[in-house]
Amino acid sequence: MISRRDFLQASMAASAIVGASGFGNWARLAAQQSLTQDQLLQFETFGNVSLIHITDIHAQMVPIYFREPSVNLGVGGNKGAVPHVTGADFRKLYGIDDGSPSHYALSSGDFSALAQGYGRMGGLDRVSTVINSIRAERPDALLLDGGDTWHGSYTCYQTAGQDMVNVMNALKPDAMTFHWEFTLGSDRVAELVDGLPFAALGQNIFDAEWDEPAELFPPYQFFERGGVKIAVIGQAFPYMPIANPGWMFPEFSFGIRDENMQEMVDQVRAEGAECVVCLSHNGFDVDKKMASIVKGIDVILSGHTHDALPEPVLVGETIIVASGSNGKFVSRVDLDIQNGRMMGFRHKLIPIFSDVITPDPEVASVIEAERAPFADTLSEVIGQTDSLLYRRGNFNGSWDDLICDALLSQRDAEIALSPGVRWGPSLIPGQNITREDLWNVTSMTYPNAYRTEMTGEFLKVVLEDVADNIFNPDPYYQQGGDMVRTGGLGYRIDVNKPQGERISNMTLLSTGEAIDPARAYMVAGWASVNEGTEGPPIWDVVEAHIREQGTVSLAPRQSVDVVTD
Amino acid sequence: MQLTRRETILAGLGAFAATALPLPLFASVEDSVAAFTGGAETGSDGITLSTPEIAENGNTVPVEVSAPGAVSIMLLAAGNPNPAVGTFNFGPMAGSQSASTRIRLAGTQDVVAIAKMADGSFVRTSNEVKVTIGGCGG
Repeated sequence: MISRRDFLQASMAASAIVGASGFGNWARLAAQQSLTQDQLLQFETFGNVSLIHITDIHAQMVPIYFREPSVNLGVGGNKGAVPHVTGADFRKLYGIDDGSPSHYALSSGDFSALAQGYGRMGGLDRVSTVINSIRAERPDALLLDGGDTWHGSYTCYQTAGQDMVNVMNALKPDAMTFHWEFTLGSDRVAELVDGLPFAALGQNIFDAEWDEPAELFPPYQFFERGGVKIAVIGQAFPYMPIANPGWMFPEFSFGIRDENMQEMVDQVRAEGAECVVCLSHNGFDVDKKMASIVKGIDVILSGHTHDALPEPVLVGETIIVASGSNGKFVSRVDLDIQNGRMMGFRHKLIPIFSDVITPDPEVASVIEAERAPFADTLSEVIGQTDSLLYRRGNFNGSWDDLICDALLSQRDAEIALSPGVRWGPSLIPGQNITREDLWNVTSMTYPNAYRTEMTGEFLKVVLEDVADNIFNPDPYYQQGGDMVRTGGLGYRIDVNKPQGERISNMTLLSTGEAIDPARAYMVAGWASVNEGTEGPPIWDVVEAHIREQGTVSLAPRQSVDVVTD
Repeated sequence: MQLTRRETILAGLGAFAATALPLPLFASVEDSVAAFTGGAETGSDGITLSTPEIAENGNTVPVEVSAPGAVSIMLLAAGNPNPAVGTFNFGPMAGSQSASTRIRLAGTQDVVAIAKMADGSFVRTSNEVKVTIGGCGG
């Protein structure tokens, strides 16, 4: 494997870009375990343009625990490449000391213990403090929201995204792109977008019937900052109608549309853009491939796959910045643009340690106003947990183990299926499970917990299909989620095999017998993309299960046997 | 002023220079290709096939093909029970040699386009289109 240093040096030499990252600096400070707000915000202003990137907030307005994945496998050309490096390997790659705040913020391992010490991350009032501090140094810095903002909490569901719109407006973004927002339904999306005081961008959002750009979402927006003409091009999540229910937004078509992206880049350059920024919800590997095909983008601000990278990745002359999720991080990218060319950059992934960064009282009061009408419901205690509850990981997470257990017992099924989404904060052992916590991992507009028969053969097709959406060696065929979680069903997966050959040894765990392709199994699941899915909402199913348990205790499971060589 | 495609079509300005003709059933894709090209060698430059990487709906997949200078373009869905999609013929008055249509795909497969050029040569290209049951997004 090429080392990170070699890679960066080679890339920089090839592209004549000089870059600097603030990462090394705060890693050292972190090692001293003496974090202060000033240290977290320390940044020597550089060049003439500043970008501020936040993405995949999933409606997390207040601080949360969020454990990063310990399993995040890369395939094909991305095997072993960031962001597919986790845990101790990740720390070694970036020179992060074990037990340091950056260990806690950026990687997995010892999470429960470190969470006790370092506390919760995020909170949009803290994010506001960071943004204000950047704006104090560079008043015309651009704030860009990568989407997945109006989804993921109890209050967001109850207000159909209005709470997040109100809070984000208080942060004064300059542009945004989209993914889960569309699951509010196209009418609601149009209503919210119409009222936005900033640009709603997506060069790949098309009218489904006429296959031409959707009028509601311009492809790009020009900004003049620091005497530099900047074009921000939006790239919404390409696989919206496939990964989410297309019937909720039938008027729209998406796709990567990299040819149109190239046209847009050429167009804005012809119109005088000196700097081209792509605000993307492609996912990291898709952005890497797109950067290798589309010429002329200076910076891709990458979202969707929830990766937090302490340094940008260079592809050709494009830098790709990944800023994490759930409000845990804000990226600051300073650029030196001279004569229509990016001559250099300075970057810092700023971790939002909620106990270190002082909340902005103005935004704190906006958040409080949104939550107040629901305060009693949000804080209602449903149970306790003795185990760390988390979601991220390619194959399972303890939250999903719990949800699958709930589906099996409450819906009287042999097998449970739970979607491999990457949102949903964590709970540490000893915490209460409140209604807010439960909704943070289940909230969506298609929550019905179905109960249906599937043959063993069909179950294999489902697993193979989802596996190819994650492990297809060509990133353009990846949708960016994780493997569907299974309860009551074990299997073996060889991630490097082609579709149809990855899954084997499917076993019904209750009997230990091999899954019979011809037999029908009773399956319970949720988040079906099919219209008319019937069943109780998943949060009711899981609540009933937690109430029966009282205190949740989950042993680590080994029901998925992963082959990576 | 820039006319959108919708306005253009609504205004009735669109003139169809291409006709889609169903092919007779062939045993296989290569038989269809051989019948179209007469067994001639096929190049790869000068033909552009635009398809989604993953179909949003396998029942109606937008496909666009363009081959400047072509007199005829054949489109095949290699994995369908009946691979023939159609052949677009362009007369000398055709303003451009491109066509777009929507096709039904039975599953993940290659969509193949072969163009016959005015000089009698052939060019061929293909794209894989994935048809998935979908369901889980990050």
